[in-house]
Amino acid sequence: MSSVTVTEAPTGSELLLSTSPHLHSRWTTKQVMWFVVLALVPCVISAVVYFGFYQLLVIATAVVFAVGTEALIQSLMKKPVTVVDGSAVITGLLLGLIVPPNFSLVFTALGAVFSIAIGKMVFGGLGYNIFNPALAGRAFLQAAFPVAITTWTIPHFAVDAVSKATPLAALKFDRVMTDITPLVVGNVGGSLGETSAVAVLLGGIFLLVTGVANWRIPAAMTVGVLIFGGALWMIDPAAPNPVFHIFAGGFLFAAMFMATDMVTSPVTGKGMWIYGFGISLILVLIRIYGGLPEGVMYSILFMNAFVPLINRYTAPRIFGEGQS
Amino acid sequence: MKKQVSLAREYTKGLWEQSPVFKQVLGMCPTLAVTVSAMNGIAMALATTFVLVFSSFIISLIRKLIPSQVRIASYIVIIATFVTIVDLVMRAQFPELSKALGPYIPLIVVNCVILGRAEAFAAKNSPLRSLLDALGMGTGFLIALASLGGIREIIGSRTLLGMQVLPDAFEPWLIMILPAGAFLTLGLMMGFLNSMVERRKRRDEAAVLAQHMRKPAVAIMEGQEG
Repeated sequence: MSSVTVTEAPTGSELLLSTSPHLHSRWTTKQVMWFVVLALVPCVISAVVYFGFYQLLVIATAVVFAVGTEALIQSLMKKPVTVVDGSAVITGLLLGLIVPPNFSLVFTALGAVFSIAIGKMVFGGLGYNIFNPALAGRAFLQAAFPVAITTWTIPHFAVDAVSKATPLAALKFDRVMTDITPLVVGNVGGSLGETSAVAVLLGGIFLLVTGVANWRIPAAMTVGVLIFGGALWMIDPAAPNPVFHIFAGGFLFAAMFMATDMVTSPVTGKGMWIYGFGISLILVLIRIYGGLPEGVMYSILFMNAFVPLINRYTAPRIFGEGQS
Repeated sequence: MKKQVSLAREYTKGLWEQSPVFKQVLGMCPTLAVTVSAMNGIAMALATTFVLVFSSFIISLIRKLIPSQVRIASYIVIIATFVTIVDLVMRAQFPELSKALGPYIPLIVVNCVILGRAEAFAAKNSPLRSLLDALGMGTGFLIALASLGGIREIIGSRTLLGMQVLPDAFEPWLIMILPAGAFLTLGLMMGFLNSMVERRKRRDEAAVLAQHMRKPAVAIMEGQEG
């Protein structure tokens, strides 16, 4: 969020003294977090519709273990237990939605524990983590169990179940393009919550309208993919067109829910554009030239590492301060 | 004149208090790179210890003959001699181990633990003390590498020293035998050990305070935390 700091609302008679700038938000941390949970409901529904009720169990496992780990670590470290703020619930939900269908519950639990313990609590908890915790958990699972995490299931209502793979894997390994329509509807192979563009956009637009997610990041990522993907497509027509890039794989899901994570994205407007363009450039490069079919996870994690640097270079000049 | 520490202390300080890996954080390259199994870790640590002990001893013997301007170069020549011996012996006697450790055996030359002990200790102390110090540091290195390699081997490939210790039902975590696993394991081990030290220190302080204040130590510890 560019011009908004999220703080607990003052209770009644408290007098708050702080230095400028006096930024404030309509929402408290708690409200913001539960808005995100609400925004993820359409994705959970699409996961159940396309991949069956077992997926609820996967998502629930991720949430329970994420919340449990946070509570356990906070109580062990004798810090106030703040699981009610919902941030661990979101991490669990997000992780549950970016694993493949029918994923092992044991692995899901491990991923959730890793997300919270290593991705978040090691750095000091909410607000201090450098990397998006859910993506850190997903990256751990990718490195630990490479076979299990790339085993895809054919969704219900699939148009033609020729291939079990995801549209991006089909493109990379078999040179088969998938039409845009199934990508929008969501009856294609992929991680639980990412297949249906409609469900993702439903939740995403809700976040953008409430201002919980800043519009600049998804906008920069989309424009970036159109520019970089488009340029490569112009040079080599065999490369996928940029519209395919936007609807295939986890791009939309990541643009709406992952890249917009307040803790791990830049705070200035200009910084958000740089961040979004950076993600889309790396994403397009990985998808077209990399060994992996999908690169959205690594591209966001990579840009997460640059966020402190981006913040420093795009910090607004203080009035009266000389040219730096 | 500084106070002389006992000879036994010269050995034991390297085991934990000044552990080259966990406390001085030296020699990270072999520590992270070769500890995919307990055996590799042990072999690496033994090779390093051999070089460390002999080079420390020799450097200490000739410490008054080396002009200080060229001391680093002299140390390197001495260290390199012993590294060459280790490398050739391992290639002849343990070809498989030598292949597994790859370039990391020749790279012992630039291991900071060895040069660090030469510069910080052997160059200023008697040959006997240098020998004990090197043995202690070597043992500390061995403890660290063997435990790191052991943990990574158990979780990453279900075995310990080549024998299966976890059931087939346990899916090995491939990440543990990748470089990322080394960083994760080492970081978690260091954090855990440091927190134990911290806790013990706090308990000792509380005990001292308790003697003065005639209060139970537990009450003071809780008061400190609050």
